[in-house]
Amino acid sequence: MKATVYVTLKEEVLDPQGDAVRRALRALGFEDVEGVRVGKLIEIELSAEDTAQARDELSQMCAKLLANPVIEDFRFEVG
Amino acid sequence: MRIAVLQFPGSNADWDALHAARDVLGADAYYVFHKDTDLRHPDAVLVPGGFSYGDYLRPGAIAGYSPIAAALRAFDGPILGICNGFQILTELGLLPGALARNAHLRFECRFVHVRTEAEGPFTRGMRGRVLRVPIAHADGRYHCDDETLRRLEAEGRVAFRYCARDGHLPADTADTEDGLPINPNGSRAHIAGIYDARFRILGMMPHPERACETILGSDDGLSLFASLRRHLEAQ
Repeated sequence: MKATVYVTLKEEVLDPQGDAVRRALRALGFEDVEGVRVGKLIEIELSAEDTAQARDELSQMCAKLLANPVIEDFRFEVG
Repeated sequence: MRIAVLQFPGSNADWDALHAARDVLGADAYYVFHKDTDLRHPDAVLVPGGFSYGDYLRPGAIAGYSPIAAALRAFDGPILGICNGFQILTELGLLPGALARNAHLRFECRFVHVRTEAEGPFTRGMRGRVLRVPIAHADGRYHCDDETLRRLEAEGRVAFRYCARDGHLPADTADTEDGLPINPNGSRAHIAGIYDARFRILGMMPHPERACETILGSDDGLSLFASLRRHLEAQ
């Protein structure tokens, strides 16, 4: 089973990387770019076959290590 | 006076911390490897700077799950986390908040001034004193939510704030001195270091251990280690 975890900065946390990418995109002529946020994508291979169990494990992985709850949000997709 | 200096793969200020504690302060200082599970009965612990585990995932994130972390949590004496050490202590939940990417994205490597605002084992009798100490980081922007900031301020736990040479705080994060931002990373409330609720654990982004001898450009950092010595000797 494959899971995809997305970790993003919380909305209220300044994202200087995203802002630098936004400026670069506008410099390339993409003038309709109004905002960019940069996050992380983490792919995880799981041996679990039960989706509910996998989701439960993934929640714990995100809370314990993959995301820092002070500055980051997470969500994931399974299968 | 026994001082343990933790070593993670990627620590690079561990030598500086050991040198300051052992050679300058004269303490019985020694390394404790991240795979160890025993701190070997220190009176204080230094968590040094560097790039533990290559800053993979987030600075300090993986170090929080190394074998020595349990012993660090169980230790009840003074702990000083410097730079990556500060990041590790926040990831461990021993200090509130987080250190995010510098607001302007640059790695900042230079001397800054910080104003001492809280008294504790590392800052006894130092309130109001301005220290000239170096920084070297890309992820030093202190962030916490409004409630945490209110609590830090109300409990007087902000140990250091970035300031101008004369000690005044910047008007905002864009305020400069000598052409450089006084707040070098965009930290909330210009926070450079904080104590935990018991004033036992101090985390800070500047490197006092790299400013303990005048030949290094400043010996202002020695005051933290001298304070620690007074604190331990008084016990």
